[in-house]
Amino acid sequence: MSAATTAAVHSGSDPYKIGHSDEQASQSTGHGEGGPASKRVVVGFGFWIFLLSDIVMFAAFFAAYAVLASATAGGPGPRQLFDLRNVQIETACLLLSSFSCGLATIAAERRHRVTTQVWLIVTGLLGACFLGLELREFSTMIGEGAGPQRSGFLSAFFALVGCHGVHVTAGLLWLGTMMAQLWFKGFKPHVLRRLLCFSLFWHALDIIWVALFTVVYILGVRP
Amino acid sequence: MTSETPATLEEDTAPGGEASSGIGGYLLGLGLAAGLTWLSFAIADGNIVWGPGVPAALLAFAVAQMGVHLVFFLHITTGPEHTNNVLALVFGILIVALVLGGSLWIMSHLNLMMPDQMRMDGGF
Repeated sequence: MSAATTAAVHSGSDPYKIGHSDEQASQSTGHGEGGPASKRVVVGFGFWIFLLSDIVMFAAFFAAYAVLASATAGGPGPRQLFDLRNVQIETACLLLSSFSCGLATIAAERRHRVTTQVWLIVTGLLGACFLGLELREFSTMIGEGAGPQRSGFLSAFFALVGCHGVHVTAGLLWLGTMMAQLWFKGFKPHVLRRLLCFSLFWHALDIIWVALFTVVYILGVRP
Repeated sequence: MTSETPATLEEDTAPGGEASSGIGGYLLGLGLAAGLTWLSFAIADGNIVWGPGVPAALLAFAVAQMGVHLVFFLHITTGPEHTNNVLALVFGILIVALVLGGSLWIMSHLNLMMPDQMRMDGGF
């Protein structure tokens, strides 16, 4: 049987090579048709695994919050503390910043230096707005005597929402670093890989925020 | 031999890989996500959706919006070149479900078995 017929038979039974069952493929390194995957693919996949483990960590914080949500110890509950208008603005900031991060990715793929920087600045400013609103909410709550030491509910709240806030802060620092690297090093492959990881990180933070505003805020203030 | 390899073979792709859909995909994702967010906040007071059904509806909207983010922003799709990424995602979802479901299940039973003054509602 010639190589062409073998390929035809295999592509009929397994057209997408899910099983990587091709004879030629099994002879090459890395079991892929063209050898090992490119560095960009490996880096992206590795970072994707990290993001999933980060999401698992958030799941533990969510579980703690859900268990302790009713443990208010006679203190203020979600309905007295949360302001949904503020949460709506925070959500809009984070969603728009995720979108502008996507626009920066597109501009970077097209190697538009200034456009990339502009969208990254927009991303950073919207992220900073989100962080500012969150910090204002925290300081108001602590000022009203509803700090993390008040009850089990408030400990879990500050741990969960604060953990997300810490992630956003780290993301902003990373964003500034990426802007500096793009400015001074240009579109080098390793800089582009870091930018890819940053955009994945930023989008993942928005996914966690969706769970946060649904579970903590909307379900919390529900009558 | 390599010249005869079928063209159907796709290379593996990383999450967030080349934005094949361009700006249109991001715009569609933004629109869908904004719509779902608006719906979540709109039904919160229980006037539009039957009161007891609100949590289920909110959960559905949240899961849908996470799906929108995954597909349009992170570019995780069901395409054959994404097998590895989707498998990792499915494993992550399994662990998240175990952690969340297991904690809530065990702790609610523990709470039920407690004498009244040690229950968590109003305690701690």
